[in-house]
Formats: sequence, C-alpha cells, structure tokens
Amino acid sequence: MTATATDLKFDAAGFEAFIASRTEPDWLIALRREAFEHFQSMEWPARRAEEWIRSDLRLFQLDKFRVPLTQSDTPSGEGLLSEGVELGGRILTVDSHCRAESLRESLAAQGVIFGSLERLASEQPELVREHLFSAVDPDYDRFAALHAAFWSGGQFVYIPRGVVVAEPLHLATLLGEGSVDLSHTLIVLEEGAEATVLHEANSVQRDAGGLSLGALEIIQRPGSHLRYVSLQDQGYKTFQFAHQHAIVDRDASIQWTLAAMGNGFAKVNQSVALVGPGADSQVNGVMFTEGRQHIAYHTLQHHVAPHCHSDFLYKSAQQDQSRTVWRGMIKVDKAAQKTDGYQRNDNLILSSRARADSIPGLEIEADDVRCTHGSTTAQVDEEQVFYAECRGFTRNEAVRMIVTGFFQQIFDRITIESVRDALGQTIARQVREYA
Amino acid sequence: MSHVLKIENLQVSVGDKPILRGVNLTMNHGETHALMGPNGSGKSTLGLAIMGHPGYTVTGGSILLDGEDVLEMAPNERARAGIFMAFQRPMAIPGVKMADFLRHATTNVRRPDRKEGEDLIPMREFRKELKEKMSHLRMDPEFARRYVNDGFSGGEMKRAEILQLAMLQPKFAILDETDSGLDADAVRLASESIADIGGREKMGLLIITHHDKLLEHNPPQYTHVMLGGRIVETGGKDLAEELHRSGYDRIRKAYPDAEAANQEMIAEEAAV
Repeated sequence: MTATATDLKFDAAGFEAFIASRTEPDWLIALRREAFEHFQSMEWPARRAEEWIRSDLRLFQLDKFRVPLTQSDTPSGEGLLSEGVELGGRILTVDSHCRAESLRESLAAQGVIFGSLERLASEQPELVREHLFSAVDPDYDRFAALHAAFWSGGQFVYIPRGVVVAEPLHLATLLGEGSVDLSHTLIVLEEGAEATVLHEANSVQRDAGGLSLGALEIIQRPGSHLRYVSLQDQGYKTFQFAHQHAIVDRDASIQWTLAAMGNGFAKVNQSVALVGPGADSQVNGVMFTEGRQHIAYHTLQHHVAPHCHSDFLYKSAQQDQSRTVWRGMIKVDKAAQKTDGYQRNDNLILSSRARADSIPGLEIEADDVRCTHGSTTAQVDEEQVFYAECRGFTRNEAVRMIVTGFFQQIFDRITIESVRDALGQTIARQVREYA
Repeated sequence: MSHVLKIENLQVSVGDKPILRGVNLTMNHGETHALMGPNGSGKSTLGLAIMGHPGYTVTGGSILLDGEDVLEMAPNERARAGIFMAFQRPMAIPGVKMADFLRHATTNVRRPDRKEGEDLIPMREFRKELKEKMSHLRMDPEFARRYVNDGFSGGEMKRAEILQLAMLQPKFAILDETDSGLDADAVRLASESIADIGGREKMGLLIITHHDKLLEHNPPQYTHVMLGGRIVETGGKDLAEELHRSGYDRIRKAYPDAEAANQEMIAEEAAV
C-alpha cells in the first residue's frame, strides 16, 4: 500500500472523499454517483454463476485495497511493445494517474485528441460524454459498477474523420506494489480514420500484488481501421477484473491482438459487436501461465448486422499448477444474415497439474450463416520431443521449440514487427527449463 | 578416420515384454548393412533402442561407439556423437520451419559441446549449404520454409529425412524403411542421394527395408535377417536378393524358436 498515501477504502466514505478530491463536470459526477449506488446495491457474483463457476473469487478481498487518490511515487520504465518504434504519441499512467502524455504536433493539428481521459473529460466534455460507457455496460456486474464509480486517469484516443495515423500510439500502464489501477481507455475512430494503438500493462516487479479494475471501449465508425495490441504483464499476485468491448460499424475493421501473461487471477470479458454490414474483426489471443496463475477470458463475437466477419483465435499454454479458462461465444442476431464467424481455442498443457477449460459456444438466430468453432487441448507430445532429441536438441530445447511453434500461428497473423518481437521475447522468457 | 558401432547381446523390452532377445551387430565406417525380416521381428525397435527412445528399456547387453558407452548417453548426445536415424514415421512439429529446425540441429551436431543459448551457425553460411543440399536432392526451395513434416506427403517426409541426413553427416545412419511410401521414381532419387551421401561422406549405413530397390543403389556388404528379436542369419548381398525373391519361409523353418517368438510378439502387438 506504500504507493498510494491514503487509507480510503472502496466504501461510502472513500467514495465521498474521492469525489471531493476531483474537479469534474457535473454529468460525470452524476454518472459516478449512480454507479456507486449500483455497486452498493449489487452482490458479488454467485459462485455457481456461469461466468464464475470456474473462477473462485474467494481469495479476493476488496478491503485490502485503497482508493488511488493521489499521484504515487512508483518509478517507471520503458515499454516493450514500443521498442524501436517511431511513436505518434505516448501516455504513461502510473497507479491510475496520468504521469506523462505526448502527441506529435502534426497529429494534434489534424484534430487527433490523445491524452488523459480524466483531463479530457473536462476539456472535451461533448466528445467524452457521447462515448463514455457506450460500449461497456457499467451495470454488467459489481466490478463494472465499481470501475464506473472510481475510474481515474485513463486514456482518450480520438481520431477524427478521415485522419490516418501512421505511427503507433502507445499507452503504458504501470502498477506499483499493492496499488490499484482503475484506468478507463476510450478509443474512438471516426469515419474512415485509421490508427494503431499499443497498450501495455506492467507491474514494478514480476511477483508484485495489486488490483487492476480497468475498462476498454473501442468505438469505430464506418470505414475506420484499428489495430489494437495489448500486452498484459502485471505482477503474479495481482487481481484483474476487466471489461473490454469494441463496437465496429459498416466496413470498418479491427485487428485486436492480446497477450495475457501476468496477473495472479484475471477475469476478462472481451467482446466485439459488429453493427454495420461489412464490419470485420480479427482477434489474436495468447496466454501463457505458470505458478498458480488463473486467467479467465469470456469472449463474445456479436454479429448484429449482416455480412460481417469475425475470426477469434486464442492459443494458451499452461505450466505448473496454473489454469486458464476460455469461454467463447458467437452470437448471431436474426438480422445478421451471411455472417461468417470463426472461433478457436488451442491449449498446450505443459504440466500434469496445469489445467485448461475451453468452452466454445454458438448462439445463432439467423438462418443463412457460416459459423465454425473448435477447441483443442493437448500436451507436448513425447514423440515430438524424442524426434527433436534425435536431431541433437536437448529436451529443454525441444520443448521450447515445440511451444514456440505452437504460438507461431498467432505470430503469422500479427502484422506489426515490434509486436511480434515483444511477444516472442515474452514467450521465450516464460518457457521453463524442462529437464 | 575409422569408426565402429558395436552392438553386443542387446536385450530390449517394452514394459515387461521382451522385444530384442540378444542382438549382435558390428558396423564399421564405410560399410552398408541391410537389416531385413518379417513384420514384428524387432527391426524398428533396434533402431529406436540405438537412438535411446524412452519407451524401450534396455535390459541387457551393450552398444559402443568407438568404445564409448552409447547407452549412457541421452538421445541428443547420441545424435551429437554421430548416430542418426531416418524415421519410418517422422513427427510433425507445427509452427517450426524446416530451415530453423535444421539450423539448430546442424549446429548442435557439429558442435557437440554447444550449450543452450549459444550462437547457431551463421544464417548466411547455413542457408547457402542448405540450398546446395536441397538442390542436389531436387527439392523445391520453398520446402525450407514449411513447418517440419507438417502436412507433408509420405514421399516429402522421407525426402526431408534424407535432407537431414545430408546436413547432419553422421558417422552411422539407420534408415528405417526410408523407401516405403515412395513411388519408383522417388525411391530411385532417394537411393541415389543416399548412395551419394554415403559415398561422399563415408558413413556406416544400416538400411532397414522390405524391398530391394533401395539396396540396388546401396549394395550391402552384409545382410542380416531378424526374426523373433534376434539376428538369426547374416550373409552378403546374395542373402538380401534371396529374401526379396523367395520371402522368409526358409528362415522361419530353419529357426523354429525364433519363429515362435516372432508369432508371440505379433499376437501381443495385435492384442494391445
């Protein structure tokens, strides 16, 4: 708790002190108050609830965490995703407070808005108000309500109509030992806009604790194109509860690449809603867990409009006693004829005590669609290892190679070199010695 | 330099079932040996035991390479010591390109003391050599970019094994039915390549085969016949020709004990 010099809990007194500390527009305060009321009247998810039956919440105690009221003194470093990349702008967030922000002048001149969401909620109230919580539902569950009440810092990325941002925009989020992050990320691409956003979340050290209660909203107008990359590498004792949703309109496309490497316990709801004909979405997910990590992803590809395409591929490797849960759903509304939907989750279990739950699902109301889904769970094949050993590979080299190969399909889909490199490094670091 | 691979009274079990019941075989560098025998006689087991497959337990006997105890070595150490096997059924490794796999393998075999993480053969140098070997084997350069044995046809797999043999230049190579699954032209090409490699690099070759096609281009100095987990007869090139022409009836009759053991092993395998 050293990073945040406050004793405020996430209770009524804490909330009032939080509100009193802020200078925000009335509409935002009202929104927060409503969310906090909802938070107080809601229950924590029931153990038997479908989304939580595989993710035991009992180890999580909100009381252990404090409201991040002030700037912390957590030291910050450089990002992995942005290594060797010419950036269009960068926002550094430490313990839920914006510490540094920059944007190329040429982009600002074209009307690009990029900076702390907290600041921009006052400076660009119209734009923020229009989009804030338009993709994420603050009443989804108690975590969403808590986030809506207490979010702070955050990032706003706004690309005006027709503006093409060639250089990636970088969002770095850092969490101090025992600290809380409540960042809200809001990305809006107007008609025909294009951008690449690289987002990485880290802790000060690998075994750090803390709480991440973030939300991500992506709103894409017709014909816009976004590449969004998220590398989540927070400490092994951190909790993460996140809601991440994209709304993609006519002929717009999103390529969403995510790597979930960190956290002790993570529960993420991720969805893409395809709301205009011709919308296209590709999601590439990598998870690699070890120790006692528990990472749960609940994904939804929601086809609202006809003639849309969704392609979700998640690859997970589990070692030690770690566990991943992937529950995917393709939902096709009645109007969404000619839907082309694909979802797949492949798991590679590297230890007899590791576990992968993989639950693909389809919910289709239209009658002229093509939807395919699949899931595989396998262990490293001893015959593969032996074959490589017979070619001079040590057992350890053989397993590393097989694991790297397992993720290659994802790498083949990633179009940004620095992201491929960063992911490759992260995976290589993760692979244990196999004697 | 001359090398010797010496197998003495080798006994191997899978679980508690004996498969090899005392195999003796000495190979000198530069020699070609044919290993023949009916199904289930233990030919592939011998190859896998020489490589150190963890599913095969050596219960007796010895394997020495130039006097060094091979049984004490891990499979990768055997490969680095210069023993190679072309697999009957090579494994696919999805996501790993042939070129990357071979660069790593070649480095480890050529620098047996290489520790994990140390530099590999320089890319440019390796690519040049790989390209030469592939063109020699009339392989499409695209092959190097494909994932190891992933989606390969039977013939492509066998050619990939021969390419690996050519790159790794072992002292001794076991070819386990490298000709099966190949059409006549491919067998001819593979045979020529093996003869080429064997002739140029001077290996000891142990060719496990049912056919004589491979042996036409690689005439064996010795032919061994395996039955019931033992080498029951050893002869020259003529013996291979005889077996190909007339089958194993004479052998089965001449060695009734081995034939009984062979039938037992086939029955057990069928029961599994």
